[in-house]
Amino acid sequence: KPSFGLYGTRKTFLFSSDSSKPILPCSSTLSEVGAGLQREFGFPVVWFGRCVIQVQFTDSGISRVLGFSSLLLNCLLIVNLVTRVRLEMEGEQLTEQETALYDRQIRVWGADAQRRLSKSHIFVYGMKGTVAEFCKNIVLAGVGSVTLMDDRAVTNEALASNFLIPPEEKVYSGKTLAELCCDSLKEFNPMVHVSVEKAELVTLGQQFFEKFDVVVISSCPPATKILINEKCRKLSKRVAFYTVECRDSCGEIFVDLQNYKYMKEATSAPWGRLQRRTSKLYFAMRVIESFEEANGRNPGVFSVEDVPAVLQLKRKLCEAQSVSESFVPDTLLERLVIGSIEFPPVCAIIGGILGQEVIKAISGKGDPVKNFFYFDVVDGKGVIEDISSRAPEADSASSKSANIITQVVLE
Amino acid sequence: RTGANNSHRLFCSSLSPEFDSSIPLSLFHLPFLRLLFCLQTTSVNQLEQTCNFFPPLSLSFSTSSTPSVTLFRVSTPFPMASLQQSPAIKGAKVLMVGAGGIGCELLKTLALSGFEDIHIIDMDTIEVSNLNRQFLFRQKHVGQSKAKVARDAVLRFRPHISISSYHANVKDSNFNVDFFKQFNVVLNGLDNLDARRHVNRLCLAAEVPLVESGTTGFLGQVSVHVKGRTDCYECNPKPSPKTYPVCTITSTPSKFVHCIVWAKELLFAKLFGDKNQDNDLNVRSSDSTGSSEQAEDVFERKANESIEQYGRRIYDHVFGYNIEQALSNEETWKSRNKPRPIYSRDVISAELMQQNGNSDKAGSAGDPLSVSAMASLGLKNPQDLWSLKDNSRVFFEALKLFFGKREKEIGSLCFDKDDPLAVEFVTAAANIRAASFGIPLHSLFEAKGIAGNIVHAVATTNAIVAGLIVIEAIKVLQKDFDSYRMSYCLEHVTQKMLIMPVQPFEPNKSCCVCSETPLTLEIDTNHSKLRDFVEKIVKAKLSMTSPLIMHGSSLLYEVGDDLDDAMIANYSANLEKVLSSLPSPVTSGTMLTVEDLQQEFTCNINIKHREEFDEENEPDGMVLHGWTQVPTKPKDDDDKPPTGNGDSSKTSQTETVEAEAEVVVKINIEEIGASGNKRKAPDSRDISTDPPSNDVNEATAANHKKVHKIDDGDDEEELVMLDHWDIDTNKKQKLR
Repeated sequence: KPSFGLYGTRKTFLFSSDSSKPILPCSSTLSEVGAGLQREFGFPVVWFGRCVIQVQFTDSGISRVLGFSSLLLNCLLIVNLVTRVRLEMEGEQLTEQETALYDRQIRVWGADAQRRLSKSHIFVYGMKGTVAEFCKNIVLAGVGSVTLMDDRAVTNEALASNFLIPPEEKVYSGKTLAELCCDSLKEFNPMVHVSVEKAELVTLGQQFFEKFDVVVISSCPPATKILINEKCRKLSKRVAFYTVECRDSCGEIFVDLQNYKYMKEATSAPWGRLQRRTSKLYFAMRVIESFEEANGRNPGVFSVEDVPAVLQLKRKLCEAQSVSESFVPDTLLERLVIGSIEFPPVCAIIGGILGQEVIKAISGKGDPVKNFFYFDVVDGKGVIEDISSRAPEADSASSKSANIITQVVLE
Repeated sequence: RTGANNSHRLFCSSLSPEFDSSIPLSLFHLPFLRLLFCLQTTSVNQLEQTCNFFPPLSLSFSTSSTPSVTLFRVSTPFPMASLQQSPAIKGAKVLMVGAGGIGCELLKTLALSGFEDIHIIDMDTIEVSNLNRQFLFRQKHVGQSKAKVARDAVLRFRPHISISSYHANVKDSNFNVDFFKQFNVVLNGLDNLDARRHVNRLCLAAEVPLVESGTTGFLGQVSVHVKGRTDCYECNPKPSPKTYPVCTITSTPSKFVHCIVWAKELLFAKLFGDKNQDNDLNVRSSDSTGSSEQAEDVFERKANESIEQYGRRIYDHVFGYNIEQALSNEETWKSRNKPRPIYSRDVISAELMQQNGNSDKAGSAGDPLSVSAMASLGLKNPQDLWSLKDNSRVFFEALKLFFGKREKEIGSLCFDKDDPLAVEFVTAAANIRAASFGIPLHSLFEAKGIAGNIVHAVATTNAIVAGLIVIEAIKVLQKDFDSYRMSYCLEHVTQKMLIMPVQPFEPNKSCCVCSETPLTLEIDTNHSKLRDFVEKIVKAKLSMTSPLIMHGSSLLYEVGDDLDDAMIANYSANLEKVLSSLPSPVTSGTMLTVEDLQQEFTCNINIKHREEFDEENEPDGMVLHGWTQVPTKPKDDDDKPPTGNGDSSKTSQTETVEAEAEVVVKINIEEIGASGNKRKAPDSRDISTDPPSNDVNEATAANHKKVHKIDDGDDEEELVMLDHWDIDTNKKQKLR
């Protein structure tokens, strides 16, 4: 006669009479586990001690106490004689509340993905409109926690595209952008822990990022982004790294899932090796970044007076990279320089795509973007650019290219 | 201002309010702010005469040292974000239909983008399952009007704009053509085909542009519909609601969805729904076979019969006896797997039956939606797969609870995906039937999705789609016809894209909605009643809400509040008459005119008499031609869940799209991608390499003659010399 015993703590058991589907949620208490066994197999179950279930057989009228083990592995072995049982030790099942709230999206990505989402921790730097959209999306999706960082005060620009900040001075005065966004985000989903960290981004040590599964950086200079990217890379744990920027009608997302190019390499690929069809935005954003770097500007701080200088820098860069000037259309650069403010519909689109990508990365479902995403209102296309695959001998070439850019900028 | 190669470009660094007010409105009516930009050929004076709407510009030019000026349009050099201040947006009056998944995102994005007069209609109230994506709503709002709560939420971060909310059905008669006429653009975030068609017709009648949208999972779609310029919503076929042949449902299910339809439309409707409704369930029990027509209905609970006995009798009848009956017809099973009859005694012992369920845990009788068989049986996870025994226990327990706690509702219940007990019953019944036919069982979670036709929905897709809607709406407001795009959000990268724009369709010349092309109806005029015509064609196919049917000058039928008793009597008498014996007989060759006064939509139908119809493939007993709807496949060979919430039409299991949120979009990627297709992806110029000179001046010089369109190398841009610009040239360049 088969027999089995089980040992464990609360919320760790899953039973099944068929191979894959559990019959009891692992949030069950031991008494419920016992009742489940009784119901499923018709065996009376008695308690022994605090956490051991002992099964008695009453066939032929004899009540027998059969062996049980105090070791989980043994249990599994014995249990397997009775029926196939799946024990899921890590991760609890979704609660009833979660199942009800996330019903529609579980139908899209499944309960496993939802569970993984609820255990993920996300770090976000730079609370502009696009990032606000992104945060809304992942908080709604039900990630475990979101940590915000942005010590800047509210400006008109921030108010214009960020729906998380109420435009009343008495509400926002004295608070940082991150604090204000945190207050609003908390309301979106009480099951997600949203908090603020105050610090200088560049001074954060490597171990700071170890707490997170996903790091998203926005509105800071490229050098800072590269620095954070490298810190994340050095961790033993795999941290998904993203940067995102929106300027006017255009947006850019960079993705590093640590299986291809670092940001540093991806942003310095030699232009001549990239295909003509590479999104013009890729080049335009590099020109803009170089300009900001050379002139010590904060990201997005531009005026119409900068147009000639930016166009001139572009010509130099194109020349140095030995590509035609048409690689980077003037009109596109003009748009990016003049309209450095975010355009809310583009924030929604870029924030949506970024949310989707982060969900893909955490849940392991779907094909993540590799490694740039661009959207431009003018052509309406949301394009993926894989810069890594275009530059096969990238290492030496891209450092050369990086040198070229640096030289031009220095000049 | 940049000066290079004698070229001068004028940039507007921002549309500051002062600058804004100095530019006449007409300037903003240039397509998509492809404004300004300069130089050569014409003097400023000439320019002023040619384009009399440019005085403020000439001021700028007059300070220039260049004596001659040419203008051409270059695409959007304006910062888009500055559009928030544009009168075209600030002054626009916008109607949003739907405040659900797309609606919440859309309202937020509209408000942020500078729209100041927004009207929003939604008849729904907030539910828990909305909260994962309809971010304007909170737990405390459950049960309240979506339109109103959405309005209040957006006003919190944009307190000074005007948002009017209507907690009402867009099909209500006060939302008529005049109501629609007050808007500059209508934006749809709807969840069903019927309402979309209704809004489409009103927009056509009111001549208001419509931006239509839909999402499901990671897929999304946005399209623009402007009368005369693009197709209308109904120009192209839409996936039609799924129907299943009756005998597949009643006798030969091969998929789980068939079992669900059976459990929901037949068994659930029979036991708890309107007793007078036709139902294809075999009601005869073994004792009454062969007896009179008035044979006893086994589904009636007998006096003095305990609920356990009654449950067992029903169970044994539908899962045991009926299967045995079906097995006796050997012909049916020659090419199919034989089903296995299941009797309750084999699955569940009498003893267990007695102790089945703890009703105390089942929920209170006061709140019908809190009653749950799972709770009383201690089953917790809706994603668990129940055994046959568990399903049987749920079946009995749910039945018991319906009779014990919700008896008053029996006889008037309709299946509702938000009614937990109904979902439990249908899941259990479908699973037992599936077990009998050797079909894999499904969890309650999955069964609920199929039975309730639940649309998969995530916040991200809705946000992206809402962004795309606003972009199209702005183009519409700026009358930038050339730039209208239909956009798709894709789940898998296609041609390097995740968001793919395509050119809009041209109007379909034979579209019966926007082109007045008559339809043809094949019908048996000697047997079909006017009622059949009204139900199956006018309402089900043409989606009319208040129809009026005319034959020449004689009125056969109409719906309205202002009819007198004699007319009502007359019309209801007509409904019961066959077509050929109506006061004004409808026979082969007759043309009927069907009109919906609210939608201001008229449609002519040529009648063609036909006597034979295939019961399986043409279950309506009539066939409508010229109607743009994807023909329903007679055999169910896709795995899409059926649509439907229990529109119990009697012969076939016809189902309406109910969809809780957004909507089923079918995207045929191959179709989009195919080159040479009418909806050509606007991609071709991208592929052509060698761009001509990038210098605007040079390009102009090279094309000094009357060239209207020059590729200037910035491959998305067009140069059009403004002094030749008028609506007509614009038209010619439009969509080929």
